[in-house]
Amino acid sequence: MNAPAYNFAYLDEQTKRMIRRAILKAIAIPGYQVPFASREMPMPYGWGTGGVQVTAAILGPQDVLKVIDQGSDDTTNAISIRKFFAKTAGIATTTTTVDATVIQTRHRIPETSLHANQVLVYQVPIPEPLRFLEPRETETRRMHALAEYGLMHVKLYEDIARFGHIATAYAYPVKVNARYVMDPSPTPKFDNPKMDNSPALQLFGAGREKRIYAIPPYTKVVSLDFEDHPFEPYRFNAPCALCAAENSYLDEIVTDDKGGRMFVCSDTDYCEGRQAAGHHGSLSAAPYKEKAGSHG
Amino acid sequence: MADQDMLENDQPLLVAESLSKSYGRIAACRDVSFSLYSGEVLAIVGESGSGKSTLLQLLSGQLAASGGHVSYRMRDGVTRDLATLGEAERRFLFRTDWGFVHQDPAQGLRMAVSAGANVGERLMAVGWNHYGRIRETASDWLGRVEIDVARIDDAPRTYSGGMRQRLQIARNLVTEPRLVFMDEPTGGLDVSVQARLLDLLRSLVAELNLAVIIVTHDLAVARLLSHRVMVMKGGRVIETGLTDQVLDDPREPYTQLLVSSILPP
Repeated sequence: MNAPAYNFAYLDEQTKRMIRRAILKAIAIPGYQVPFASREMPMPYGWGTGGVQVTAAILGPQDVLKVIDQGSDDTTNAISIRKFFAKTAGIATTTTTVDATVIQTRHRIPETSLHANQVLVYQVPIPEPLRFLEPRETETRRMHALAEYGLMHVKLYEDIARFGHIATAYAYPVKVNARYVMDPSPTPKFDNPKMDNSPALQLFGAGREKRIYAIPPYTKVVSLDFEDHPFEPYRFNAPCALCAAENSYLDEIVTDDKGGRMFVCSDTDYCEGRQAAGHHGSLSAAPYKEKAGSHG
Repeated sequence: MADQDMLENDQPLLVAESLSKSYGRIAACRDVSFSLYSGEVLAIVGESGSGKSTLLQLLSGQLAASGGHVSYRMRDGVTRDLATLGEAERRFLFRTDWGFVHQDPAQGLRMAVSAGANVGERLMAVGWNHYGRIRETASDWLGRVEIDVARIDDAPRTYSGGMRQRLQIARNLVTEPRLVFMDEPTGGLDVSVQARLLDLLRSLVAELNLAVIIVTHDLAVARLLSHRVMVMKGGRVIETGLTDQVLDDPREPYTQLLVSSILPP
């Protein structure tokens, strides 16, 4: 890289220290939302300003960064953030989950299991799980402080009363370390079990709301539910049309205006890896069919 | 068992000792003392600005008193000064052993969530974790306050004023509190709905042996519901006694004025 006009990873050192202090506090109190002095970033709110600041604060020159947006490495948001750090920090980037040391994510947790030397950074739009039930910040803080979480079950109750089952499909509330109720950011509830006892450190950054929270490695994360309506991860009942995976989270893609649709892995790296390894689904493209050598 | 109850009833449930509250030089409430026993209904009457609502807030621990104490006999039988309770204890008391019925149901209800969840919220707050049982209890309570159980999944904003008030009562009584505070529970309702609500309240109070402190400017409400009446004026209690005694034979000129202000039927 040319000598950049920016400090390493864009933010100045003082700011990074401030964010790191917030991160350390967040790790010390799993699930607790730590306020921090969120900075303006060269991107609009809602595009991951919180996640970018957390990533900027923890990146070192040796780190390898992967950025995903809805599981995909090649959407605008993911590419822009990857380029942003390649330019401002001159670090290596990757799309391969196992090779990355820092993974910034919007709305997904990779299908490939994370390992102990990885940090998963979530972009969070609204960090407060109680927000839509209790609009007052003073009140929600007090509820967290006193662990008064009856209200969270009111939301789940409403779901069952209205739809017959817990219809919350994303941002499904979890209890971290048997203490704080936390919003896991808008990940599908399919990903909730991956947060439990994960070997990787999980950090959550909300730029507009100015909050950072964390799940330290190997921490208990439980999805809230009722005894007679237990938590159930949701997945479309179909194999991936490209790699035939039966256990990955799927995107539904409408292919024409006659009701045609295909289901494909939302995690592009996982899907490509499986195709390269010879798995192929009903609609997979030619090169992988040849590799598999069995089609037709 | 009966002896045990007798013994417990010998002790007052709530005691106020020379309660005062002043806002700068304005004394909203001056030197109020009384005891309330379980199963007893006390009406606080007086005109607007007489300090009724301030007193209710002091008694329920929502407002810190400038002077005096409120003590309450907790469920474990120990009488404690409310000012010494921690916030967590106070809030726990508030959603288990106490109820608070607001004049405006929108303050006491969650208008956007269903009636069933409104009633169930207190249960979930004390750790109930079984949807079926919560719902069953909620529908039972809706029945007891004469709300059609078919409307359990409707939000209270689709309810009429009288239904909202009855829902608010169900929401408060679901944890079987021993003491309920009511701030003008019949205000803003038309007379026939008022009568029905009062009738309901009277039977619930008797059935559950509730102690109630009810603030009202409506002497008819006091006469129907309460055993004892306290008349307030300018932040002071000027007259107190049995309801029929105070209302039929008022001693203080102000009380006489209040009583004579009611139109004869």
